[in-house]
Amino acid sequence: MSASAVHSLWTTAAEPISKIDPPKIEYGQLSPTLIVIGAAIVGVLIEAFVPRKSRYYTQVFVSVVALVASFAAVIGLAAGGYGTTKAGIAAMGAIAVDGPSLFLQGTILLAGLLGVFTFAERRLDPAAHGNRVDSFAAQAASVPGSDSEKAAVKAGFTTTEVFPLLLFAIGGMLIFPSANDLLTLFIALEVFSLPLYLLCAVARRKRLMSQEAAVKYFLLGAFASAFTLFGIALLYGYAGSVSYATIAQVVDGTVPQITPALADTMGNDALLLVGAAMVVMGLLFKVGAVPFHMWTPDVYQGAPTPVTGFMAAATKVAAFGALLRLLYVVLPGLRWDWRPVMWAVAIVTMLGGAIVAITQTDIKRLLAYSSIAHAGFILAGVIATSPDGVSSVLFYLGAYSFVTIGAFAVVTLVRDAGGEATHLSKWAGLGRRSPLVAAVFAVFLLAFAGIPLTSGFAGKFAVFKAAAEAGAGAIVVVGVISSAIAAFFYIRVIVLMFFSEPRPEGPTVAVPSLLTMTAIGVGVAVTLVLGVAPQYFLDLAGQAGVFVR
Amino acid sequence: MSFPLLTATAALPALGAIATAAVPAAKRTAAKWLALIVSLATLALAVTVLVRFDPGGDRYQLTESHSWIADFGVRYELGVDGIAVALIALTALLIPFIILAGWHDADPLETGNKRWRPTQGFFALILAVEAMVIISFEATDVFLFYIFFEAMLIPMYFLIGGFGDRAHEHGEETAATQRSYAAVKFLLYNLVGGLIMLAAVIGLYVVAGNFSLTEIAEARANGSLDMATSTERWLFLGFFFAFAVKAPLWPLHTWLPNAMGEATAPVAVLITAVVDKVGTFAMLRFCLQLFPEASTWATPVVLVLALVSIIYGALLAVGQRDIKRLVAYASISHFGFIIMGIFAMTSQGQSGATLYMVNHGISTAALMLVAGFLISRRGSRLIADYGGVQKVAPVLAGTFLIGGLATLSLPGLAPFVSEFLVLVGTFARYPVIGIIATVGIVLAALYVLVLYQRTMTGPVKAEVAKMPDLRVRELVVVAPLIVLLVFLGVYPKPLTDIVNPAVEQTMSDVQKKDPQPEVEAAK
Repeated sequence: MSASAVHSLWTTAAEPISKIDPPKIEYGQLSPTLIVIGAAIVGVLIEAFVPRKSRYYTQVFVSVVALVASFAAVIGLAAGGYGTTKAGIAAMGAIAVDGPSLFLQGTILLAGLLGVFTFAERRLDPAAHGNRVDSFAAQAASVPGSDSEKAAVKAGFTTTEVFPLLLFAIGGMLIFPSANDLLTLFIALEVFSLPLYLLCAVARRKRLMSQEAAVKYFLLGAFASAFTLFGIALLYGYAGSVSYATIAQVVDGTVPQITPALADTMGNDALLLVGAAMVVMGLLFKVGAVPFHMWTPDVYQGAPTPVTGFMAAATKVAAFGALLRLLYVVLPGLRWDWRPVMWAVAIVTMLGGAIVAITQTDIKRLLAYSSIAHAGFILAGVIATSPDGVSSVLFYLGAYSFVTIGAFAVVTLVRDAGGEATHLSKWAGLGRRSPLVAAVFAVFLLAFAGIPLTSGFAGKFAVFKAAAEAGAGAIVVVGVISSAIAAFFYIRVIVLMFFSEPRPEGPTVAVPSLLTMTAIGVGVAVTLVLGVAPQYFLDLAGQAGVFVR
Repeated sequence: MSFPLLTATAALPALGAIATAAVPAAKRTAAKWLALIVSLATLALAVTVLVRFDPGGDRYQLTESHSWIADFGVRYELGVDGIAVALIALTALLIPFIILAGWHDADPLETGNKRWRPTQGFFALILAVEAMVIISFEATDVFLFYIFFEAMLIPMYFLIGGFGDRAHEHGEETAATQRSYAAVKFLLYNLVGGLIMLAAVIGLYVVAGNFSLTEIAEARANGSLDMATSTERWLFLGFFFAFAVKAPLWPLHTWLPNAMGEATAPVAVLITAVVDKVGTFAMLRFCLQLFPEASTWATPVVLVLALVSIIYGALLAVGQRDIKRLVAYASISHFGFIIMGIFAMTSQGQSGATLYMVNHGISTAALMLVAGFLISRRGSRLIADYGGVQKVAPVLAGTFLIGGLATLSLPGLAPFVSEFLVLVGTFARYPVIGIIATVGIVLAALYVLVLYQRTMTGPVKAEVAKMPDLRVRELVVVAPLIVLLVFLGVYPKPLTDIVNPAVEQTMSDVQKKDPQPEVEAAK
C-alpha cells in the first residue's frame, strides 16, 4: 500500500477553497426591510450628532421618509409580481418574499406611518416651561418624581429616541411574517420586541404605571421568547434543520436525504409535537390569545397611548403573519394535531376576551380585552386551513389595524388635568361636548362590534365564512355569540358618550395637530371604505393568499 | 339602462339624512323643512314605484342588479313584489307624518352649545332609518338585506336613547336612565337576533354558494339545490329567530314596551309601524321562500307562539297604566295576528297578513301620534292623570277615538278587513287556533274602550282643564291618516290587487293550496 493510499484512509481531499459561495443577497426584494432598519440606524446617529433643538424634526422627517420609501418598495415589488408569479425565497432561504409577506409588510408600514404621526403629536399637553411636549417622558432615565426629572422637564428635553426605536420595531415586524427559517423568526421576534418593551416604559404621565407595564411585558415576553427558542431547538432536533421547507418535508416524510449525525432523533414525533407547541405558544403570546393574554391589559393600559395603538395594530399583524406561515407552510402535515388545539384556543379567546371586557372601567383596558376577542375571531380564519382562510385573515388584519390605531388616537385626545382621562366614567356626555370626536369614536366602536357597513363587519364575515366553509360551524356559532357579548360593552361606551349628562368636572377634548387628525381621518376613511366597498381589498388579499415554500 | 327607481327611492332619504345632519346649528327650522321636503319627495318616488308596478307582471319588477362584493358572492340586487311595494308605500307615507308630528320634539333646551345639534340629528336619523327600511324591502340579495336589517338598528338606537318626552313624571334624571336602558335593551335584543341570523346567512352561503334570493329559491324549487332536512331547519331557525325578535313575537317581545314607552310618540310609531314590519315582511319573503319545508315543519310552534302573543299582548294591554306601553302591548297582539296569518299558509291568511301590516301601520300611527299630542300637553304618560278630555279638546278626543276604534278593528275601518281575512284564513286550516284568536278581538275592544273611557270621558280633571285642542300642524298629521283608514276600510281593493298575486307566488313556493271547503254530502 502506498503512502498516499494509506493516508486516504483517514483523510479526504478537501474541496478547493474557491468553491465556497458568497452569500447571495437579493437587495431589491429585501429593500423594504433594509430601508427601515437603515433609517433606524440613521436615527441613532441623529441622536448622537444632531443638536437637541432640531432632533425632533429631523427624526420625524427621517421616519416618515423611510416608511413611505419602504411602502413604495413594497408596492413596487407587488407590482413587479413578487407577490404572485415571482414569489420566492431570498437571502439564502432566510426570507420569503411572497403575497402574504408583501401584504402584511404593507399593512405594518401603513400602521407604522400612522404610528409615527401619533408619536409626533405635540399639541395635546399644555406646553411645559414654554416647550411643546409629546406623550413621552422628558428623560426616561430619571426617577419619577425626582429632581432630575424636574430639571429635565424644565430644560425641555424630549425622548426623541422613540422614533429610531419605533423604526427598529417596524423593521423586526417586517421580517417576522416573512421569516422562512426558525432562527430568522426568532431574531425578528427579538428585534421588534425589545424596542417595544422600551417604548412601553417612557410615558410622560403616570410614569410608574408605564414602567410597571414595561417590566411586566418584558418579563412575560422574555419567558415567551424562551419558550419559542426551546421549541426551535426541539424542532431542529426533529428535522435537522431550521428551514421551514426542510421541516415541512420531514413532517410530510418526503425528505430527500438524512444527515447521519441526526438520524437518531430525526423524525421523532415527540420532538416535533413539543417543539411545534412551544413555538406556537410563543406566537400566541404575541398575538394575545387566551391563555397567553395576561400581559395585554396591563401593558395596553400602562404604555403611552400612541405606543399602545401602534403595538395593538402592528404586533398583531406581524404575529398573525408569522403564525399563519408557521401553520400553513411548516406544519400543514400536522394539521390534524394542531387544529383541535387551535379550535380550543380560538373559542376561549373569543369568549374570554368578550366576557372579561364587560367588567372593565378603563377605556384602554377595555380596548385591550376587545383586542383579545378580536384575536379569537382572527384565529377562526386561521383554523380554516384554506386559501380563503389566509386571505380572510389578511383582510381582517388590515381592517383591524386601522380601526385600532384610530381608536387609540381618539383616546389620546380626551384629557383632564392628569393627562388622558381613560376612566370610562369621565367619558360621560362626551357626545354633547364634542359631538364630532364622540361620533368618530362611535364609528370605531361599531367597527369593533362588527356592525354592517363598517370594515369590522366585512372582516368578521370573511373569517367566519372561511371557517364555515372549512367545516368549523361550531367556531362560527361561538364567534357569533361572543360578538353579541362584545357588542354589549362597545354599546355601553356609546351610551355613556351620548346618553349621559356631561359631568361638570369632566375632561376636555384637546384639539390635535394635523398629525393626529390624519391618523384618525385615515382610520375612519378606511373603516368606512372597507365596510361599504371591500371588494378591491378582498381581491388584493385573495391574490396575496399563497405562501411560497 | 333605465332609471334606477328603487335605488333612488332608498338613496334619496339617505342623502337627505346627510344633508339634514350638515345644516348649521342655528338653522334648526331649515333642517326640519329640509327633512320634510325630502320625505315628501321620497313619497313621490314611492308612489311612482306603486304606479309603475304591474300586479299582473313578473314576480319581481323594477329589478336592478350590479356586482358588489364578488368574494362573498354578494350582488346589489333589488326588486319588488306586491308585498314589498305595499310596504314601501306605507313607509314613505308615514315618514312625513312622523316628521311633522315630531316637529318640536328635538328642539334643544339649551341653545348656548353651538356644537350640539339635536334637531338636525333627530331628523337625519329618521331619514336614515327610512332609507334603510326601504332598501331592506327592496333587496333580493340575502346579504344585502342582512346588512341593512342590522345597520338600521344604529340610527334607531340613537333615536330611542337620545330623544325622549319633554316632560317625564319622574324627572329628567330618571328619564335619561330609563331611556338609555330601553335603547340598550332594544339594541341588544335585535343585535343578538341579527348575529344569530348572521351565522345562518353564512351557513346559507356554504350550502348554496350565493346569496341571490331568486336563484336560491329557483334552485330549491326545481330540486337542483338539495338541503339536508336538518340543515334547512337550522338555517330556518337562525333566520326566523332574528325576524321574531324584530317583529316581535312572544317571548322575544319584551324590548318593545320599553322602547315604545321611553321614545317620543313619533319614534314609537317609527319602531312599531315601520321598522318592525321588516321582521314580518322578511318572514314572508325569506323564511317561506328559502326554507319552504322547514317553514311547514315549524308552523305548529309558530302558530302557538303567535296565539300566545295575541292573547298575552292583549291581556297586558288591558292592565297597563301607561298610554304608550298600552299601545306597545296592543301592537304585540297585532303582530301575533300578522304572524299567524303568514304561517296559516292560506292565501287569505297571507293576504290578510300583508294588509294587516299596512293597516296596522296606519292605525297605530293615528292612535299613537294623537296619544303623543295628548301626552305632550299634560306631561304625563299615565292614564290616571287624565279625565274628561273630550269636553276640553273634542277634536283631539275624536281623533283618538277613531284611532282606537281602528286598533280594535271596527268594521268600516281598514284593520277590520285584514283581521277578518287573517282569522278566516287561519280558521280554514286550523279552526281551533282561529277560534281562540278571536278572543284577541274582544280583549282589544276592552283595552281600547277602557283607555278612552278613563282618559277622555268623566269629570274634567283640574290639570287638563286648560288643555288646548289639536293645532293645525297636528290636524294635518292626523286627518289624512283617518281618511286613509276609512277609505281602505270601505274599499280595500286597490291594495288587495297589488298584494294578492305576490301572495299566490309565495303560496306556491311552500307548495300549499288553499283547503277546499267541505260540503256535506247530500244524503
